[in-house]
Amino acid sequence: MIEFHDLVKSYGDHTVLGPVSGRIERGGVTSLIGPNGAGKSTLLTLLGRLTDPTSGTVTLDGVDVHKAPSAEVARKLAILRQENHFTARVTVRELVAFGRFPHSRGRLTSEDLGHVDRALDFLDLTALSGRYLDQLSGGQRQRAYVAMVLAQDTDYVLLDEPLNNLDIKHGVRMMERLRAAADDLGKTVVLIVHDINIAAGYSDRVMALRDGKVEAHGTPEELMEPETLSGIFDTPVRVHVVDGRPLAVHHR
Amino acid sequence: MPETRTAATGTRTAAVRGSAPSRPAAATKRQPSPARRLIVVAVLVAVAATCFLSLFVKGSFEFAIERRLILLGAITVAAFAQGVGTVVFQTVTHNRILTPSLMGFDAVYTLMQTLMVFVFGGSVLATTDGLPKLLTQTLLMVAFTTLLFRWLFSGPTGSLHVLLLAGVVLGIAFQSLSVFLQRLLSPADYDVLSTRLFGRLSTVEATHLPLAFAVCAVCAVVLWRRRHRLDVLLLGRDTARGLGLDHRRELTTALIVVAVLVSFSTALVGPMTFFGFTAALLAYQFAGTHQHAFVLPMAFLLGLLTLLTGQFVMEHVLYASGMLTVVIEFLGGAVFLTHLLRRGSL
Repeated sequence: MIEFHDLVKSYGDHTVLGPVSGRIERGGVTSLIGPNGAGKSTLLTLLGRLTDPTSGTVTLDGVDVHKAPSAEVARKLAILRQENHFTARVTVRELVAFGRFPHSRGRLTSEDLGHVDRALDFLDLTALSGRYLDQLSGGQRQRAYVAMVLAQDTDYVLLDEPLNNLDIKHGVRMMERLRAAADDLGKTVVLIVHDINIAAGYSDRVMALRDGKVEAHGTPEELMEPETLSGIFDTPVRVHVVDGRPLAVHHR
Repeated sequence: MPETRTAATGTRTAAVRGSAPSRPAAATKRQPSPARRLIVVAVLVAVAATCFLSLFVKGSFEFAIERRLILLGAITVAAFAQGVGTVVFQTVTHNRILTPSLMGFDAVYTLMQTLMVFVFGGSVLATTDGLPKLLTQTLLMVAFTTLLFRWLFSGPTGSLHVLLLAGVVLGIAFQSLSVFLQRLLSPADYDVLSTRLFGRLSTVEATHLPLAFAVCAVCAVVLWRRRHRLDVLLLGRDTARGLGLDHRRELTTALIVVAVLVSFSTALVGPMTFFGFTAALLAYQFAGTHQHAFVLPMAFLLGLLTLLTGQFVMEHVLYASGMLTVVIEFLGGAVFLTHLLRRGSL
C-alpha cells in the first residue's frame, strides 16, 4: 500500500501540488486523471521518489520512500517518466536489461536474463530486441521503456502516460497487458491516463486531480458521473451507458 | 539536451542480436565484439610504442631509450587522464560536446601560471618546478572545482546546467584576467609564459611519473568499480534514480575523479582542451558498445595511440618534436568543429 500524507510540492511561492493525503491500495490498477497542470505527474514522481516533496511523507508498505535507501526502494517500486532521453545508443534488449540493475548491480545472472526475456515477450518486443532505440517508432520505443520497468519485477509499477505515442491498437493492448500484470502477476499498477474512458474501462480505481488537489477517488462507476467529470475538467461532459459500461462524451 | 545521434555511427551498419550488457560477445561476423576491438587497438598501441621506443635511434641507445621511456610515461598519463576523464565527464553531464576543461580547469591553470610570472618574473617558472608545485597546483584546481560543485549542489536550485554555466563563466573570467595580466608582462616574460600554456609532454620530470601513475591507478580502480553505475548514469537522472542509484553521490564522486585526473594532467603536461574530446569521440565510434567497461579502456588506448603516432611522426618525419600538443589541439579542434557541424545542433 502506498500512503501519502500532507504532501506538498512548491517551487518558490508557487504550489503545484497539495497539500494532498491519500492511499493507493495494494493490487489492481489505479489511474490518475485530471486536466493539464493538475499535478498528476508531480504526484507520481513524488510517490516514485524521483522528486523530493517540499513537505509531507510517502510510505510504501510502511517504509518512507524518501528516507529509505534508493536501491532498496528500487526493488519494490519501479517508475517510468514521460520523457526519456538517453545519451548512449542502446538496443532494446540492453535497455530492458537495465531494469535488472536494482537486483544484479550490472552483473546479469541467468535469472535476470529470464526476467528480461519474459518482459520482452510480454510486450511483443522479442523480434525487435536487437534493434537500437533510435531505429524504432515512437510506439515501439514506448513499449521498450515499459518492458524495462516490468523487468525490474517490482510489486509496484508507476507509469507516467504509458499510452503516449501509441495508436488505438497498441494503446488497447498496452492496457490489457497492464491489466494482466495486475491480475496475473499481482502487481500494483498506478498510471496517468488522459483518456477518461480508457481509465474507466481498465482501472479498479480512479483518482482525479484538479489544481493540485485530489478532487475525487473511487471506482470508475463512482467517478463516471456527469457532474463530477464536468467539474474536474471544467468542460461539460455527458455520460452514456454503452454495452453496460459508462462512457463519457465530451465532444460532439 | 537532444540525444546524440552521430556518436556511434561506426556501429550503425549491423545490429548486434541477442546481446545483453554482461554478454556483449554475441556478435555477427560483420561486427567484431567489443573485447576483440579492444585487443586489436591494444596490439596497435603495443606496435606503436615499440616503434616509438626503438626506431631511428642516433647515438647512445641507452640514453635514447631512457628519454623516450619518460616521454612514453608522460604520454600514458595524459592519454589516461584526458581520455578517461572526458568520457566520464560526458557521461555524467549527458552531453558529448562538453569537455572537462569547460569547468574552468584550463583557465585556473593559466591564471596560476600568469600570476606567478606577473608577481615574480619569468624566471620563477623554471626555478620553482618540482613536486611541491605540481601538487599545489593540482590541489588548487581540485579544490576550486569541488567547492564549485558543493556550492552549486547544496543550493535549492542545484542542477548540473547551473554548475556548467558557472564553470564556463568563471573560466571566462579567469581567462580574461590572465589575458589582462599578460598584457602587462614584458615580452621576455610573456615568451617564457607562453611555452607553459600549451601542453609540454617532452619536458616532464621523470621523478613525477611514479606519483602520476599512482594517481591514475587509484582513479582507474574507483572508476572500474563504478563501471555498471556509470552505464546507468547514461540513462539520465530520473531513470538512474528509479533504478535505485544514489544519483547525487555518484555524480559528485565521478566529477571529483574527473577533477583529480584533469587537474593532475594539466599540472603535469599543461592544458589540452580538444585532445580528450577527440579520444572520447573516437572511443564511442570504435568501442561498439555503450558499456564503460569497454568505452573507458578504449578511450585510454586510442588517446595513447594518437599521441604515440603523433609524436613519432612529428619527431622523425617532420622534425618538430616539441610541437605535438599544438598540432593535436589544432586537429582536435577541427574534429570538434566538424562534429558540431555534422550534428547541426548542440
